[in-house]
Amino acid sequence: MKAGKYIPVALLALVLIGIQQLTQMTGTVYYLTQMTMTAYYALLVIGLCLVMGYAGQISLGHAGFFAIGGYTSAVLTTYNLTPLLEKGNVLISFMQASGVLVTRQSLYGQTLLSVHPWPACIVALILATAIAFLIGIPVLKLKGHYLAMATLGFGIIIYRVALASEIFGQADGISAVPGFVLLPDLIVSGDFNNRVQNYYIACSTLIIGFLLLQNLIDSRVGRALRAIHGSEEAANAMGVNTTRYKLYTFVLSAVFAALAGILLTHYNGGIGPSEAGIMKSVRYVAIVAIGGMANLWGALTMAAILNFLSLRGMFGSYDDAVFGSILIIIMLFAPNGLLRLPIWQFFKKSPAGK
Amino acid sequence: MTSQLFFQYLVAGITYGSIYAIVAIGFNIIYNTTGIINFAQGEFVMLGGMLAISLHSMLPLPLAIGLAVLITMLIGALIEIIFIRWLKSPSILRMIIITIGISILIREAALHVWGEGVRSLPYFNGNEITTIQLWGTNISPQVLWVISVCSIIVLLLSIFFKYTSLGQEMRACAANRLAATLCGISTKNMVTFSFMLSAGIGALAGCVVSPITYTQYDSGTGLAIKGFTVAVLGGLGNSMAAVAAGILLGIIEAFSVSVVPLAFQDAISIALLLLILFIRPHGLFGSKEAAGLKDF
Repeated sequence: MKAGKYIPVALLALVLIGIQQLTQMTGTVYYLTQMTMTAYYALLVIGLCLVMGYAGQISLGHAGFFAIGGYTSAVLTTYNLTPLLEKGNVLISFMQASGVLVTRQSLYGQTLLSVHPWPACIVALILATAIAFLIGIPVLKLKGHYLAMATLGFGIIIYRVALASEIFGQADGISAVPGFVLLPDLIVSGDFNNRVQNYYIACSTLIIGFLLLQNLIDSRVGRALRAIHGSEEAANAMGVNTTRYKLYTFVLSAVFAALAGILLTHYNGGIGPSEAGIMKSVRYVAIVAIGGMANLWGALTMAAILNFLSLRGMFGSYDDAVFGSILIIIMLFAPNGLLRLPIWQFFKKSPAGK
Repeated sequence: MTSQLFFQYLVAGITYGSIYAIVAIGFNIIYNTTGIINFAQGEFVMLGGMLAISLHSMLPLPLAIGLAVLITMLIGALIEIIFIRWLKSPSILRMIIITIGISILIREAALHVWGEGVRSLPYFNGNEITTIQLWGTNISPQVLWVISVCSIIVLLLSIFFKYTSLGQEMRACAANRLAATLCGISTKNMVTFSFMLSAGIGALAGCVVSPITYTQYDSGTGLAIKGFTVAVLGGLGNSMAAVAAGILLGIIEAFSVSVVPLAFQDAISIALLLLILFIRPHGLFGSKEAAGLKDF
């Protein structure tokens, strides 16, 4: 049984490889671009699934964490530090001496000095973790409507700050973000020649994240979380430190969101304020709800299907309306997710049961 | 700051504050009868404004506004009947997600009907540059319209809840649902009615404020979150405290403009919301004991 749970993941990996081979054969490699983006969004969604489904805490601010990751990394890797260095800023010279900075040529042949993506990524993750802690401690004391509004408020603040700040490019966002050189030959970027490579980078990140969460849910922590979801008071009485578990899952999911933001920003070569918008957060919540809340596989499947269709432009200008309708219909008729409708019970019913 | 400028900010604050108060009262009416926070509350304000603007191209202004309010009330009732009435004791998480879904649908429908453009009703008296001299400052007559209409709404609502039998039935429903049912009050109809009522006052507020703030398909979201801030500030469910809290928030926002850039104005009121939620979730005027009994 122990190894049994890895079989579906192995199958998933095979399917993902199969998809890549299929696009190669049919000459539709361009699908991989959207699939790569889908994989990063799915990374965020499975993180949110942990918070919503297993810990039972709604978060309408996860696009905020995505944006914190993406924007921090984008600013650090594009902000030109040359003028500061020339002014003799000690910190900048120290950073250059320790190899944290890189130089590259801009489109106009100007030499740019900025932070290397690796340290930028680490700073972004630390920042997201710190903010998740700071926000999480007071927010997670709230319940129901208050929790929903507080996380929504947090998301709006991030959106407003991104939209109003000069350093975040205001409504234009940040563009010309360089590729993320993971290893000398492994670069996260939107370069057409790197398409297949990037597809695999995204898929491996997603699978690693998925395995991590799956093991977490099967562990003591997962059981504690389910107890919290069932009844917080009862869990508390059983000696589960509910506050701490809720906070840690919240922070972990924020890190997932930030990582997705960082990688997707480098892949797209930019980020805009719409990534921090409320509709994005609502969309992630919708996907988790459709997947069946406490169901990692459901969240993963739905994130893959819906994000891919949306990115391919299948819903046209009705994109948000489609997500809104799905949200209502699922919550009205199948609050436990599509995969738990009574219809499936009908097929599964064994005669030995009753 | 000169006294004239101070007064100008104050009037602006009260104007916006009274709109926030109306949205907050809308939240409270529905919250009291159902225990639901209707995330689509701001959309009623937007719908009222938009419908009145469209109807005004055919009808005189008072008629257009009246009709817009009626249509919005009807939409409010329909929403309740279609999405909420038949659910058996739904969880709060489920209700939050459903009302968010409804707000998205209304917004998207508005986007497809009216487009992305910014619209507005004409000024009720005069035009943008008409002003009235009041205590040495220039005030647009529309500001007086907003403040007086909002005061009348509050006054009529308190009379309605206190003296009419329907209002009393709604209050009974808010106090104890089971007991109200046992007394022969149809709680389901009361819920429908509370949706109509809060849609109606939201729409009316949306009409009077439209000449000043303009109406856009997505102007509801910001109003909803500020209305909620005000509702929480006053103590959820307490409509009279919401008026005081609304004006307080409006004034804080108006004066914050002199300190931080306008673009951050929304961030300030939301930061205030977070602060209130963390420090005094039972509101400035609410009592902690009463809040402990409620189910958020």
